[in-house]
Amino acid sequence: MARSVNTQRKALNTAVAWAIGLLIFFPILWTILTSFKTEGQAISDPPVLFMFDWTLENYSVVLERSNYARFLWNSIFIAVGSTILGIIIAVPAAWSMAFVPSHRTKDILLWMLSTKMLPAVGVLYPIYLLFIKMGILDSRVGLVIVLMLINLPIIIWMLYTYFKEIPGEILEAARMDGASLKEEVLYVLTPMAIPGIASTVLLNIILAWNEAFWTLNLTAAKAAPLTAFIASYSSPEGLFFAKLSAASTMAIAPILILGWFSQKQLVRGLTFGAVK
Amino acid sequence: MATKASRSAARLMMAPAVILLLGWMLVPLTMTLWFSFRKYLPLRGGDLGWAGFDNYTRFVTSSAFWPSVMATLTVVGGVLIITVCLGVLLAILLDQPMWGQGVVRILVIAPFFVMPTVSALVWKNMFMDPTNGLFAHLFKFFGAEPIAWLSQASMPSIIMIVSWQWLPFATLILLTAIQSLDSEQLEASEIDGAPPLKRFWFIILPHLGRAITVVILIQTIFLLSIFAEIFVTTGGAFGTKTLTYLIFQRVLESQNIGLGSAGGVYAIILANIVAIFLMRIVGKNLDN
Amino acid sequence: MYLSKTLTAATALSLIAASGAYAETLTIATVNNGDMIRMQGLTEDFTAKTGHTVEWVTLEENVLRSRVTTDITTKGGAFDIMTIGMYETPIWGKNGWLVPLDDLSAEYNIDDILPAMRGGLSYDGTMFAAPFYGESSMVMYRTDLMEAAGLEMPDAPSWAFIAKAARAMTDRDNEINGICLRGKAGWGEGGAFITAMSNSFGARWFDEEWNAQFDTREWSDTLNFYVNMMTDSGPAGYATNGFNENLSLFQQGKCGMWIDATVAASFVTNPTDSTVANKVGFTLAPDNGLGVRSNWLWAWALAIPAGTQKEAAAKEFIEWATSTGYIDLVAANEGWANVPPGARISLYENPNYQAVPFAQKTLDSILTADPNNSTVDPSPYVGVQFAAIPEFAGIATEVSQEFSAAYAGQQTVEEALAKAQAITNDAMEAAGYR
Repeated sequence: MARSVNTQRKALNTAVAWAIGLLIFFPILWTILTSFKTEGQAISDPPVLFMFDWTLENYSVVLERSNYARFLWNSIFIAVGSTILGIIIAVPAAWSMAFVPSHRTKDILLWMLSTKMLPAVGVLYPIYLLFIKMGILDSRVGLVIVLMLINLPIIIWMLYTYFKEIPGEILEAARMDGASLKEEVLYVLTPMAIPGIASTVLLNIILAWNEAFWTLNLTAAKAAPLTAFIASYSSPEGLFFAKLSAASTMAIAPILILGWFSQKQLVRGLTFGAVK
Repeated sequence: MATKASRSAARLMMAPAVILLLGWMLVPLTMTLWFSFRKYLPLRGGDLGWAGFDNYTRFVTSSAFWPSVMATLTVVGGVLIITVCLGVLLAILLDQPMWGQGVVRILVIAPFFVMPTVSALVWKNMFMDPTNGLFAHLFKFFGAEPIAWLSQASMPSIIMIVSWQWLPFATLILLTAIQSLDSEQLEASEIDGAPPLKRFWFIILPHLGRAITVVILIQTIFLLSIFAEIFVTTGGAFGTKTLTYLIFQRVLESQNIGLGSAGGVYAIILANIVAIFLMRIVGKNLDN
Repeated sequence: MYLSKTLTAATALSLIAASGAYAETLTIATVNNGDMIRMQGLTEDFTAKTGHTVEWVTLEENVLRSRVTTDITTKGGAFDIMTIGMYETPIWGKNGWLVPLDDLSAEYNIDDILPAMRGGLSYDGTMFAAPFYGESSMVMYRTDLMEAAGLEMPDAPSWAFIAKAARAMTDRDNEINGICLRGKAGWGEGGAFITAMSNSFGARWFDEEWNAQFDTREWSDTLNFYVNMMTDSGPAGYATNGFNENLSLFQQGKCGMWIDATVAASFVTNPTDSTVANKVGFTLAPDNGLGVRSNWLWAWALAIPAGTQKEAAAKEFIEWATSTGYIDLVAANEGWANVPPGARISLYENPNYQAVPFAQKTLDSILTADPNNSTVDPSPYVGVQFAAIPEFAGIATEVSQEFSAAYAGQQTVEEALAKAQAITNDAMEAAGYR
């Protein structure tokens, strides 16, 4: 009896959840489907969901017109590079805030977050001039630095909340055993912090991948990532839904795949200290 | 517990992050402040000298200023309400036993991986277009007159697009929080015969308080500066000109750096008011 | 890093000086129009001829504008060639930001460029950008719908006739709108259309003392006429329609008439994209009996930012891309209907091109637009659908946003005009004109 009630409830849950999930996912699905249509089918009335002549034409047009490999490589380089750099700087800071807290720790954390509120467009000219002076305009290095700085507060905060969950007694014990600070970090703290660091890395890669203001405005040809790639397909002359869809699919596919594979990690990891 | 040595070591370890962020904040901030007192018009030859508080008065007296503050608050508020409410419901739903839970989760969080530019373009062209958009087809199918979403319902449209992007984030954090809820506690209340609504109100919601504040805090920071969604869809027309967008217009379209910088200073002030307001609530919640 | 860049640049320069034929890599910022994308596909021809290679930065129009403007005003040097329009060229040329194009080779034959284009891309008699293609605007109409409505399109229609024809052709049940026009906010979108239209109604942006003129009868007439006509016979949601939206409506057979850029003619007559390719006629943009027509003048042109280290190679590219040789190359590859129009006199003397159905009307339209005399009453500015002053883009974008809000029914025409008046006077005061 109870079992059948449970099965019924489970079936209902499943139906509702799948319906909502598909609804939320639908815009992405539609974009992917449209990318396999011809321009004419893309705007056909009534619209067709699956029953159309699948074609790869849009992809070949896009690949022929743009150097997709380079945009992709730049995106990967910038997202991964800024994340690694950010982690290197953030881990010590978060560690010290979590294990040697002072009465100002909370203020410092909130101040760090508040640096994200500066409207980017307001400082475009100062930053642009600075980049010219330093000779890093249209360079991947320049973007790595900027994106690292933009996301650093978030990284620190996330790491801080993970580190805080590590029981202090373990560290005490290690210290008693005569572990040096270096050993303490390397052999005791790091293994326990790996899951937290992993989900921080994931979130940061996503944020860096999707950043569209600085990556567009500080690059030309050499360092332009996929955000710039999209800007060349956004509203050209003539029919463009299918080609735009193909370009969009190509721009989001790598990060979507990464996200899907690491979905469990993300679900477990995105706490920001919100759990308890 | 912490020794003097470990304290200074801790300071040392924090130093790079603090110095970098201080630099990242102070350098542009100082430059913005400096420019905001200058008559700086690149197309007229650059820095044309001292302007006093002209830029500041001009920026606030412009007819676009108050509407832009209101638009900013509307977008932030609207998106927060939608994402938090739907996020809570969705998190509860996803926490229930079901078949294919992993796949559903993937479907729900997918929008978070989509670039803002891409999602704005997709929504604008393939859904909200009054002639070829999917919504128009849907309306026609039901015999209704298609709506020109981005002009007739511009603000709701933008709130909808941005909510779609941020709902996964809220859901993820809330889901993590729900999963940590003591299931024994819940089962006990179930056995006690507490009706679902009561259970939700007295057990689940209080437990989520902290997670909700975190969602609000993080999202507000990102939402105050949304740009791509407006740039791509309405270009600031039809009452969707937020403060960020207004500054963009002053700096890049009007090429008036001084005026735009003054706007930047106002935006920082607004962000800080919102921040203080938030910290009051969040700070209390975070300390627990 | 900076030092090494300077060093390589310096060596590169000395090499040019030594050999005169050093292979460079040019970075070119351009807009994602069909003609520009076609040019990218043909870049190999340039590389084969000169040895230089090209890196393209292709961006959507609005992004391109803000991107290149940031770079030129900060002397960033991110691009060796920029694609700019008739609005930017004289302003930037005046500021000394562009390399003058006064020493192009004799084979290039600069005198073959249409005087209207050359004039619009010059400051003080010096050309600062070479036109890749030029355009005016004209009426494109469906010959079959016109016939069905029992009307005949005159060679030079009036607004009254256009409005009448639009109402006659409108067939809401079959989703046919009598007329499709730009209403989208943005100075280069709906702003350009309504300004050009207002010229024919006797309106102007500024009087000779730079006072905004939106409180005049002429502007109110323009806007009311436009809104009434569009309400009766325009498509739903026209307040967000720009060039591209209208193009796709027209290609799908949902517009009776469309008044827009002459370059659109090759798209609407192209049978692969257009369902109405063989039913399109062309005629001059309408007037209102005041001696000024409502067509604009525009060119997308290539310019070299001052200070680039690759000036010689950049000039070679410009000569290649805007030459008659390039036109022949496109004609050989894609047919005469697809060559970049509106830039060269010789193109319109070529019998192959004269056979193209819209060639003559395009030329006629370009020839009737005069940037120096665009308004009925005298005005202090140059430009047909814009005023070539640095402040215009910002002002006109805000003004056109107010207009679009009126088109969408969110405010009345009078409210929009009152706001436009205030915005414009305020901005002109800030800039020190008044």
